[in-house]
Formats: sequence, C-alpha cells, structure tokens
Amino acid sequence: MARILKKEQWSDTIFSMLIEAKDVAKASKAGQFIILIPKEHGERVPLTIADSSKDEGWVQIVFQVVGKSTLELSRMNEGDELYSFVGPLGMPSEVEKFSGKVIMIGGGIGIAPIHPIAKTLKDLGNHVVSIIGARTADLLIMEDKMKEASTELIVATDDGSKGKKGFVNMVLEELLATEADNVDRIWAIGPPIMMKACTESAKKFNKPIIVSLNPIMVDGTGMCGACRVTVGGKTKFACVDGPEFDGALVDFDELMARQRQYKEQEQKALELYKAKEGLA
Amino acid sequence: MAERIKPAEKFKRDRVPMKEQDPKERVKNFNEVPYGYSLEEAIKEAQRCLQCKPAACVEGCPADVHIPQFIDKIIDEDIEAAFKEIKITNALPAVCGRVCPQEEQCEGNCVMNKKGKPIAIGRLERFVADWAREHGIVDEDIDESQKKGKKVAIVGSGPAGLACAADLAKLGYDVTVFEALHKPGGVLIYGIPEFRLPKSIVNYEVEQIKKMGVKIYTDYVIGYIKTVDELVEEYDAVFLANGAGAPSFLGIPGENLNGVYSASEFLTRSNLMRAFDFPEFDTPIQAGKRVVVIGGGNVAMDAVRTAKRLGAEEAIIVYRRSRAEMPARAEEIEHAEAEGIRFELLTNPIRVIGDENGNVKGLECVRMELGEPDESGRRRPVPIEGSNFVMDVDNVIVAIGQNANPIVARSATGVETNKWGYFVADEETGKTTHPKVWAGGDIVTGAATVILAVGAGKKAAKSIHETLSAQ
Ligand SMILES: Cc1cc2nc3c(=O)[nH]c(=O)nc-3n(C[C@H](O)[C@H](O)[C@H](O)COP(=O)(O)OP(=O)(O)OC[C@H]3O[C@@H](n4cnc5c(N)ncnc54)[C@H](O)[C@@H]3O)c2cc1C
Ligand SMILES: Cc1cc2nc3c(=O)[nH]c(=O)nc-3n(C[C@H](O)[C@H](O)[C@H](O)COP(=O)(O)OP(=O)(O)OC[C@H]3O[C@@H](n4cnc5c(N)ncnc54)[C@H](O)[C@@H]3O)c2cc1C
Ligand code: SF4
Ligand code: SF4
Ligand code: FES
Repeated sequence: MARILKKEQWSDTIFSMLIEAKDVAKASKAGQFIILIPKEHGERVPLTIADSSKDEGWVQIVFQVVGKSTLELSRMNEGDELYSFVGPLGMPSEVEKFSGKVIMIGGGIGIAPIHPIAKTLKDLGNHVVSIIGARTADLLIMEDKMKEASTELIVATDDGSKGKKGFVNMVLEELLATEADNVDRIWAIGPPIMMKACTESAKKFNKPIIVSLNPIMVDGTGMCGACRVTVGGKTKFACVDGPEFDGALVDFDELMARQRQYKEQEQKALELYKAKEGLA
Repeated sequence: MAERIKPAEKFKRDRVPMKEQDPKERVKNFNEVPYGYSLEEAIKEAQRCLQCKPAACVEGCPADVHIPQFIDKIIDEDIEAAFKEIKITNALPAVCGRVCPQEEQCEGNCVMNKKGKPIAIGRLERFVADWAREHGIVDEDIDESQKKGKKVAIVGSGPAGLACAADLAKLGYDVTVFEALHKPGGVLIYGIPEFRLPKSIVNYEVEQIKKMGVKIYTDYVIGYIKTVDELVEEYDAVFLANGAGAPSFLGIPGENLNGVYSASEFLTRSNLMRAFDFPEFDTPIQAGKRVVVIGGGNVAMDAVRTAKRLGAEEAIIVYRRSRAEMPARAEEIEHAEAEGIRFELLTNPIRVIGDENGNVKGLECVRMELGEPDESGRRRPVPIEGSNFVMDVDNVIVAIGQNANPIVARSATGVETNKWGYFVADEETGKTTHPKVWAGGDIVTGAATVILAVGAGKKAAKSIHETLSAQ
C-alpha cells in the first residue's frame, strides 16, 4: 500500500507524486486531504488531494519543500513505499451549480488544492473563472490542468515574468470591479497572507469567499486540537470542521502566529537532516 | 513448589514492596517507573492470599479475573498455568496489571484491605503476564474446526476493540479491525506514557492478536474512507469501539495562543509520535521552563509528569478543588509528588496571557474555596473575590476531559446516540439500536478505564457470537 507510482519535479521546490491508494482514491472528494508519514520516525504531514483516479487507484499530491519532512519526501523515488498514508480527511468542498460565475484563486502551491474543486465545479456546469499566480514564471504549476478545469484562466506573476504582473488578489479586485454582479462564489487557496488579502477584496464587494486553512496538524481526525482556528469568534478544528471556511469569519493573524509555533525546532531538524545526508 | 504458609503468618506479613526507579533519576528518562516483582517476590506476596471462597476481590474486578486461582498457581511456581487462568477472562493482563485503579477494584475489595494490606493483585498479574511474554508463552490456540466463515468488523484498536477481536478470533470468526491512526492500541499507545506502560508491551499484545488471524488495517478512518453503513453491508456484525478522543477546552481567553495544548495533543506528540526523542523522531514538542497542567485526573498526572521529563524546571498542577476531590489514582498523585510536581489546589484559571508574538507568557488564576455540595455530592468550588494572581508560565496544558468524536456516529444510520454523542448500547451485551451493530468502551460510557473497555469488548464478542450462531 501507498507506493509512489510516479514522481515529477515541477520546479526547484515543487514536486508531484501519484500514490497508490485504491480505497482512498475511491472515497475522496474535492477539498479533502491526506496525511502521510514519509519514513519511520517521521512526522504526520497533511497534503491536499490534488487529483485522484478511482479506476487506476491513485491519489495525486503536489507539495512544496519547506522543511525536513517535505525534503525527505521529495527525495523518495518511484517504487518506494510511504511509511503511512491516511485519508481522505476533512469535509469535502460544498459544490453546487451556481447561477452566476465562480472565481477560483490559487496562489503558489495553492494551485494544487484549488484544481480538484475547479474541476468539480466545471463538471457541474459552472462558469469557472480561475486566477492562478506565483512569484515568478518558473514557479507557476499546473497551468494546463487549470486551463482544462476552467472556463477562463487568468495567470499572474509577482514579477510579471508571465501573464499579468501583480498579486492574485489585485487581479481579483479588477475582476470584481467590472463583474461583481455576475459572481456568486469565490474560492481562494494559498498562503494565509494571500487568502487574507483576497478575503479583504471580496469583502469590499460583499461577495462570499471560501478559504482552505492549513494550520499545523497532528492526527487530522479531531482528537488533538492542534489545528484549532478561530472562525466567527468560535474555536473550530480545521481537520474535521474544515479545512474550508467562510473567509470573512477567519482570524488569519492567529492562524499565521500558530503556524510559527515550532519554527526553531523545524529549523534544527532541517539542519540536522541536511548534515546527516550530506546536503548543502 | 513453594510452601503454603499458615493463616497467622499470612496476617503477620506485609505487602511485598515493588522496587522502582529513584525519583531523582526517573524524571530524566522515560523508562518505566516500577521494576516489577521477581519470581521470589511474587511467590512471597502470593503466599499471603487467603484463598477466600467466595472471593471478594473478584467482585471488584470488572473482568472477573480468577484471582485466587491464578495466585495459587504462582505458589505452585507454575506461572504458565497462572497465565492461562488469567487469560480466560482478561485479554490484556500485562496492561491491566499496570494501569488498573486496583485500589478501587480488586485490591479495594480484598479482605486483607481491612488491615490496610490488600494482596498486590495488580503487581502479581503484571508479574505473570511479563513472565509469560519473556518465556514466549501463548494461550491462543484457535480450534480450526471452529471456522465459521462469518466476518466481523471492529472500529478502533483500543482495549475494547482488541479484547473483542481476540475473543471472536478464538471462536473462529474472520475479524478485521479498522484503526484511524498509524499504530494500533488506542489510548494505550497514544495516551498513557511510556514510563507507565512501555509501548513494547502494547505492541506485543497487538502482535499476539494478529497471530490469531485478526487483520488490523491502520490508517483507516471509518466515516471517511468507509462508512459504518458500508461495513454493515459487507460484514455480518460490526463492533464500534472508537473511544472518546475529542479534547475539551476551557473556553477562556487566550486558549489558542502558541504553547497551549490539549493533553491529548501533548501526550500524542510525546507518546505516539515520540517527540520526547526529537530530533531523532521528527515531531516537535514544546515544554518550556514552567509548565502548567490544568486538571486533577489521571490524564493531568500523565501530562505533568511528561512535561517534567521533557525538561520543565517547574511542572505544576492547577486544580480547582482540593486534593481529596482529585479524580486521579492515589498512586499517580504520589508518584507525581515524589517527582517534585507542584500542586496549586483550589485554583481556577481564568485567562491565558500572551506576548507580542502570540506565545504564552502567563496564566491568570483565581483562588477558590469549597462551598455547599453540588448535585454530585462534591463541595462546589467558588471563587474568592479579589484573589486573582498571575503565574509566569511557558506552556499551558488543558486536561479537563474528552468528548465523543462525531466522525463514526455520523456515518452510522440507525445507531442511536445520546445527547453527548455517545452510542446507546446495552450494558450487558453491547447491543445498539441497529441489529447488526454493537458498541462498547469509552464511546459508550465516556472516558472510563482500560479494564471496563476490555470487559465491554468481551461482552460484545459473546453477544455477537450468540447472535450469529443463532442465525
Ligand atoms: C489541510 C492541509 C493541506 C495542505 N496541503 C498542502 C499541499 O497540498 N501542498 C503543500 O505543499 N503543502 C500543503 N500543506 C502544508 C504542509 O502540510 C506543510 O508544508 C508541511 O507539513 C511542512 O512540513 P516540513 O517538515 O517539510 O516543514 P516544517 O519545517 O515542519 O514546517 C514548515 C512550515 O510548515 C507548516 N507545518 C509544519 N508542520 C505542519 C503540520 N504537521 N501540518 C501543517 N502544517 C505544518 C508550518 O507552518 C511550518 O512553519 C497543507 C497543510 C494542511 C493543514
Ligand atoms: C492519558 C490517559 C491516561 C489514562 N490512564 C488510565 C489508567 O491509568 N488506567 C485506566 O484504567 N484507564 C486509563 N485511561 C482511560 C483508558 O485508557 C480508556 O478508558 C480506554 O483506553 C478506553 O478504551 P477504548 O477501547 O474504548 O478506546 P480507545 O483506547 O480510545 O481506543 C479507540 C481507538 O479507536 C480509534 N478510532 C477513533 N475513531 C476512529 C475512526 N473513525 N475509525 C477508526 N478508528 C477510530 C482511535 O484512534 C483509537 O485507537 C487513561 C486515558 C488517558 C487518555
Ligand atoms: S484486571 Fe484489573 S481489576 Fe481485575 S484483577 Fe487485574 S488488576 Fe485487578
Ligand atoms: S480477597 Fe484477597 S485474600 Fe481473598 S482471595 Fe482475593 S486476593 Fe486473596
Ligand atoms: S489535527 Fe488533531 S484535531 Fe485536528
């Protein structure tokens, strides 16, 4: 179980893997995630299900190397078995056929989780306008897949090396300035700071926006409370109550503070691992 | 064979003490605290038993362990026979011998308790189980002729699930256990710390059960990957033993600051993910110089003793009632005291204070006094006005109880739950409102004990067997 069937490197730090997991593939819905442990002694790493095939029995994960665990995962190869792989977890996205347009925003690695939701919405007959962005052209992922999953696709890069120059939330604001009346729902997934900015923009036009939160998690099944976030003044467990929430109600500053909780230890773990493996 | 001593001699002798790690040393490691009896010590203790008929001790044991019988076999020095005697009713003796609240159960009922010297039943049970493990003794001969070709699904691999699986496997059923985490054992693995219950012992018990042909699928969260409704379709019977794992918080300001943990998270990081061995293991944990644990139960004691071992200079219990009301076992409180844990009793937290980076730096508390008894008969603590004070702390761990996790229940059509989300099940049989579904352990009773969960698993196995045999 949980063998790496296919591995691709999409940029310096972004990797895609197809993982053999029949039962997970069969049960998974857009918006859900998995938790894996790369090797024994490892930690539990939550990653969104970017795509899946019930027929072929695999689940796709797309991840960015940010620390020890994702680095270790990126160094595993086709044919290797993951120590642990559990899913699907979390509530699926609440998708339906909207009468107006839906806007899907993916920032950086957030394009991976926005993809299955866009695809599902489009399959339901929605008019899907997607905005995907990255720091620079080299880091932009899944453009073709997003084109397929959208009615219209807008690309933006911070440095203007591809598509529009600027942040995705700026593109969102421009779009809403002319089209707000035709838009029923917005989804935004990416770094918390980007989701916060998009939420501000959506609020200006009084449009509902759904965001997918990525707090630090342990079990991912509602048993520990590590993933608690404040939504509408109430504590929620992102792993079971979410990960998707109404952006307008989310306390993003708390989320960002909580994500920094283990910064020192993470740094130490990464340095030790690199030294042990002889990596620069 | 050791000699049988005269009753007068029995009354004269004291309980054989169990050697344990020096408190000064043990707060620096995660090794088990008590060392266990040697054969000589076990025999010496066993000789004190009066072999009562009927035996009061058995009345106090939720699993009806054949106590005088197994003790007698220790005097015979036939430990294998003693082991088989225990195993008739208790699937997890090495675990229960260590973690049962014996003073309220078997030992509390022992006639020798009147003299303040109850037979050390738990220690003897532990001795027998450890001896059997060290000598490779197993009792699980499954009668192949019993093969029934009927399939049972069990949700959760804690003590309730494991006990039910073992009994059904012995009866020849095809048993599959589904476990959400990556390791089986439930609270025995993720909750109770290594220094009270070494994980190697839990793993050994799980291996024994697997050897009986039980399939254990880890990483399998029922409710997501499969619903209970689907299990009901695919299996002849389903036993729900998913525990009460959802943590409660206090609902006071500042509870989401960095450095505030639920006891479940703190213990899971340390036990299941082995964060105490970071960075050898990848999961980090924070235990600063001053750690406060809020609560007075076993879970709070486990968390505070873990914090101490993780290097806290001061590990403190904050509990709103007095020592007499603390629900933790006496032995656990004594162990904690010996290890230098500070107790702030009659103290209630009202606010967690953070610094500019969102990290905990203080805990505001108020002193309490005991007022009139409440519905539970315990005197209700009431705040003393103007007694507020702030403690400087780096971590706050909330250990005030667990709730039912709704994931399993919401995928189970026709299985009734009560208003707290626990399954409604018959106490004697584990039968729920669905004819193919049984339930037991913490998910029925709320947080309870290992041996009650074992008992619930066994009762369900018996009832499932009766029901399926009649079909
Ligand atoms: C529901 C969910 C879905 C996610 N989906 C994706 C995805 O599709 N692709 C992707 O690249 N990343 C995703 N993440 C983030 C990913 O889990 C973290 O980047 C990863 O755990 C970092 O581990 P590390 O050891 O490499 O880095 P570390 O050095 O441990 O940490 C780097 C940063 O990652 C975050 N992090 C660390 N541990 C965890 C943890 N256990 N849970 C969550 N965040 C953590 C922290 O903010 C930390 O500062 C998702 C997170 C969640 C909660
Ligand atoms: C820290 C701590 C210390 C304790 N100390 C003692 C003690 O000293 N003595 C004592 O007698 N008792 C003690 N207890 C209580 C005792 O551990 C429990 O009463 C007992 O473990 C309950 O057993 P169970 O089988 O019902 O549930 P659990 O042990 O909770 O096991 C339930 C299992 O089901 C799994 N599960 C949950 N949801 C799903 C799902 N959706 N799909 C699949 N699997 C699922 C869980 O991961 C878990 O492995 C302690 C408890 C804690 C938390
Ligand atoms: S199972 Fe527990 S209560 Fe029963 S005899 Fe053993 S230690 Fe005592
Ligand atoms: S009650 Fe005490 S003395 Fe009597 S049989 Fe039980 S353990 Fe022995
Ligand atoms: S990750 Fe443990 S409750 Fe959400």
